Amino acid sequence: MKLLYFAWVRQKTGRGEEELALPAGVKTVGEMIAHLRGLGGGYADAFGDAKRIRAAVNQEHVGFNAELRNDDEVAFFPPVTGG
Amino acid sequence: MSRIRIQHDDFDAAAECAALSDGNANIGAIATFTGLVRGDGGLTAMTLEHYPGMTEREIARHVAEAKTRWPLLGVTIIHRIGRLLPGERIVLVAVASSHRKAAFEACEFLMDYLKTNAPFWKQEERGSAAKWVDAKASDDAAVEKWKSKT
Repeated sequence: MKLLYFAWVRQKTGRGEEELALPAGVKTVGEMIAHLRGLGGGYADAFGDAKRIRAAVNQEHVGFNAELRNDDEVAFFPPVTGG
Repeated sequence: MSRIRIQHDDFDAAAECAALSDGNANIGAIATFTGLVRGDGGLTAMTLEHYPGMTEREIARHVAEAKTRWPLLGVTIIHRIGRLLPGERIVLVAVASSHRKAAFEACEFLMDYLKTNAPFWKQEERGSAAKWVDAKASDDAAVEKWKSKT
């Protein structure tokens, strides 16, 4: 799957995107956040407080219960601040 | 007709309004909103980042929703990205309809949804310090009021 990071999530992880196989035991967006946090370093910093994270799957806003498939495009970012 | 553009370059609101009404004599009202970079609090620049692809889809979805609520004859939305200085234009929402009420309301609706749903992020610079802007609860409240209206 393709993972995308924006704004301070991108800065803290140190990358804008990466390819990843859906990790074993990860079925939902919330579980993916926990997995990424467990990678430590900048990921632990970016995903340490899940309340500050929003997610999109295949370019649509989703909640943390949304289920993931291996060919999804999944994005993580702070609450939006455009306009 | 609707036009949605995400661009680095500045825009000309008057030219966009002229293009919006050109050739459609049923249009009796165009409401526009232009957002600018505010230079308060010592702000020296603002950089806008977005999620290419999702941004256009998300805005198009809300334009489609606006068209189900009001009899609109045209919508133009332009949002700039990249580094902008105080006083520069950030966003244009222009809405055409036969009458003013629909144009005013749909313009506000689109702006409220854009602020809370379109995937843009602002980073402010004050001198050498850079800080990501936090989302505001008042923006969430602004969009909530539309959910109770059908």
